[in-house]
Amino acid sequence: MLSTLLRRVAYALPIMAGVALVCFALVHLAPGDPLVSILPPDASAELAAQMRTLYGFDRPLPEQFVAWVWRALHGDLGTSIATGRPVASEVLNAVGNTLRLAVLATAIGFVLGSVFGFVAGYFQGSWPDRLASLLSVLGVSVPHYWLGMVMVILFSALTGWLPATGAGPDGSGSWAWDWQHGQYMLLPALTMSVIPMGIIARTVRALVAEILAQEFIVGLRAKGLTDGGVFRHVVKNAAPTALAVMGLQLGYLLGGSILIETVFSWPGTGFLLNSAIFQRDLPLLQGTILVLAMFFVVLNLLVDIVQSLLDPRIARG
Amino acid sequence: MTKPLKTLSALSAALALSALCTPLALAQEKVLRIAMTAADIPRTLGQPDQGFEGNRFTGIPMYDALTHWDLSKADAPSVLVPGLATSWAVDAKDKTKWVFKLRPGVKFHDGSAFNADAVVWNVAKVLDKAAPHFDASQVGVTASRMPTLKSARKIDDLTVELTTAEPDAFLPLNLTNLFMASPAHWQKKFDAAGGATPADKAKAAWAAFAADASGTGPFRMTRFVARERLELAPNKAYWDPKRTPKIDKVVLLPMPEANARTAALMSGQVDWIEAPAPDAMAAIQGRGHKIYFNQQPHVWPWQLSFAEGSPWLDKRVRQAANLCVDRTGLLKLLGGMMAIPKGTVPPGHPWWGNPKFDIRYDPEAGKKLMAEAGWSTAKPLKVKVQISASGSGQMQPLPMNEFVQQNLKACGFDVQFDVIEWNTLFTNWRKGAKDPSANGANAINVSFAAMDPFFAMVRFSSTKTFPPVSNNWGYYGNAEIDKLIADARTSFDDKARDAALARLHARIVDDAAFVWIAHDVGPRAIAAKVKGVVQPRSWFIDLAPVTID
Repeated sequence: MLSTLLRRVAYALPIMAGVALVCFALVHLAPGDPLVSILPPDASAELAAQMRTLYGFDRPLPEQFVAWVWRALHGDLGTSIATGRPVASEVLNAVGNTLRLAVLATAIGFVLGSVFGFVAGYFQGSWPDRLASLLSVLGVSVPHYWLGMVMVILFSALTGWLPATGAGPDGSGSWAWDWQHGQYMLLPALTMSVIPMGIIARTVRALVAEILAQEFIVGLRAKGLTDGGVFRHVVKNAAPTALAVMGLQLGYLLGGSILIETVFSWPGTGFLLNSAIFQRDLPLLQGTILVLAMFFVVLNLLVDIVQSLLDPRIARG
Repeated sequence: MTKPLKTLSALSAALALSALCTPLALAQEKVLRIAMTAADIPRTLGQPDQGFEGNRFTGIPMYDALTHWDLSKADAPSVLVPGLATSWAVDAKDKTKWVFKLRPGVKFHDGSAFNADAVVWNVAKVLDKAAPHFDASQVGVTASRMPTLKSARKIDDLTVELTTAEPDAFLPLNLTNLFMASPAHWQKKFDAAGGATPADKAKAAWAAFAADASGTGPFRMTRFVARERLELAPNKAYWDPKRTPKIDKVVLLPMPEANARTAALMSGQVDWIEAPAPDAMAAIQGRGHKIYFNQQPHVWPWQLSFAEGSPWLDKRVRQAANLCVDRTGLLKLLGGMMAIPKGTVPPGHPWWGNPKFDIRYDPEAGKKLMAEAGWSTAKPLKVKVQISASGSGQMQPLPMNEFVQQNLKACGFDVQFDVIEWNTLFTNWRKGAKDPSANGANAINVSFAAMDPFFAMVRFSSTKTFPPVSNNWGYYGNAEIDKLIADARTSFDDKARDAALARLHARIVDDAAFVWIAHDVGPRAIAAKVKGVVQPRSWFIDLAPVTID
């Protein structure tokens, strides 16, 4: 078992190094000047050269990469060019805000998706199936930034029921779990939940249909179990796969949604990335991508380890 | 009533109560909530980033400069007025030295005194690399806006001497961009800062200063949440009684998405939005909000290439393009949110200069010039313009450019576009028409600020500003124009300087160095309860006189 764990960790190390390299190379390959946020286009050539030296952008790329990785290994992701604030604290704040939104969105998506999926699967071919299937197809097809804008128009601009933007009456810094703050999450979370809702609904529908066709269901009915009793068995059998899909969806949402967070001015990782991209704030961009990518690598590593612990066949493999 | 129904009723009542209580509480406190177009709070340490929106919201409200723009009038050009300096004059013998007399009795928000030492300190923060408080991050946005400023020297507590690298009559205009931060407050932050080296400590001190800033402006910083909000309270001891704020609090919120800003205003979450969504103007006004706009020194042109082989080398072609743009039609397309240009500055401006070439919509005259140059609709002239699909200050580049493309087609132009990402276009602007980044384009569409003579004209017309030095992307300029620029730079009497600049402007218009298409009008939508708003002919606006009913 120990050797399996060590092997998994060893596999993850080159992936991490590759992720760091790709992340660094991609942002440097993109066109545009990294000093655009602090150096106006009318700055003199001498000043531009002076600033490049002061920020170290005149050094060869490999040298910049090694210095960046070395600092990152020590927990220092550098300083944002645009704001002068440490990248690590900016990213951590944003991850916290996105996590809050992603968990709520996944929960909504899971509940609605499961309900639609079970209804559609259980009543296959009937109008509830068609309605639930339509909603799940809409969930994965409708552009969510468009849906976000429509929600804002309906629930904020026209009715004034919910706040249109932001992460609390005083910003995310003073977040509390009460209605005054929670209402700011509703629209972005609902908008964010439609894709997981659609995916989970479709998965559950297929699962339920498959389970219902199995012989043990016939056996259960033959034993005289009521519809409710049969349904409970179907739920129990479908739950592990539905939960696994939900876990994957949570992983995707943790990366933040640039579009949704921008539409709702939600200060998460997507909003941060958007700002970093438009300001060509390379340290911030690199730091955010690195943290998110590492998050996925570590998450996958943990899943591998947990699966190995649960299923000895995987460990042996 | 059933139990679930009772619960639902109670919940609805609580919701209604909370919805009622929030606006009441805000109304009592007189809070002005502004949604900016920036994606982040512009830097608060004295030299803002995010272009002139930064100066507008974290520069001018929190800080003062030695000289100010007059933002009190909507119906006249915004001109230079005294700020922290009460008067200034160039040395009669040595035109590189200026003496500024400082305003007595001014205090920073932390209570320390503003004086000549503070001016010297603030010049050193961006120009003296040996100074302990030198901050590289502030150099770019400062030094480029006052390119000739070299150093400062204290003469006495209320007199300071500024030295320029060459005689430069534009210095007082440039100094509107140098905001005075409190040296005493910074020193406190420095003393409390950690860091292995003095440079590390200085960096930490500036970060701490940005989170708890101190200037001399009409508003002082009270709360800062990175990327989310900045709260300002009035500085009741402000030196200018006319600009002492009348409201209790200003909250600045970054909201880069136009629809999000519009929805925030419509739902009552903010009271003021910058650049509302263009197609929502009627809906905004239908809700009783007011749209403010005014002619702004914000030029939206095609900057033409004068490099060898450019189709624009023929003056008749340049003038024809200017005559073939239906600006009134464009005005309708934009719902009235533009001003029709007659040049870089409008008639009546001190730098206008009565050019002979009248920029107007006269397609017949345009076609005639094109025919003289050998072009027609049957034999169109191919031109290529590098444009962006969006971008800060770019208005609505795609529909606007396509509109102009159709206009020019009728006059014998075959306009092609090279559409690239905004920041890339912005970077290419410095590289010039001869650089491969131009991708064969012979015109570029980058809007620009025309606040001071360097920004408005010099950088586009001097042979000293050819790429990569500055933004003379099209290599327009010659010895005659350089002489006009030198005359303006060395005319130290305001009237003489403006007269020289007027001659330069007239020359640029007569040469048709640009295709002048539109001037932005800086639209903003503001709730009806907000009064006292004066939108000057400027990129900036003064929040101090604003009141809330």
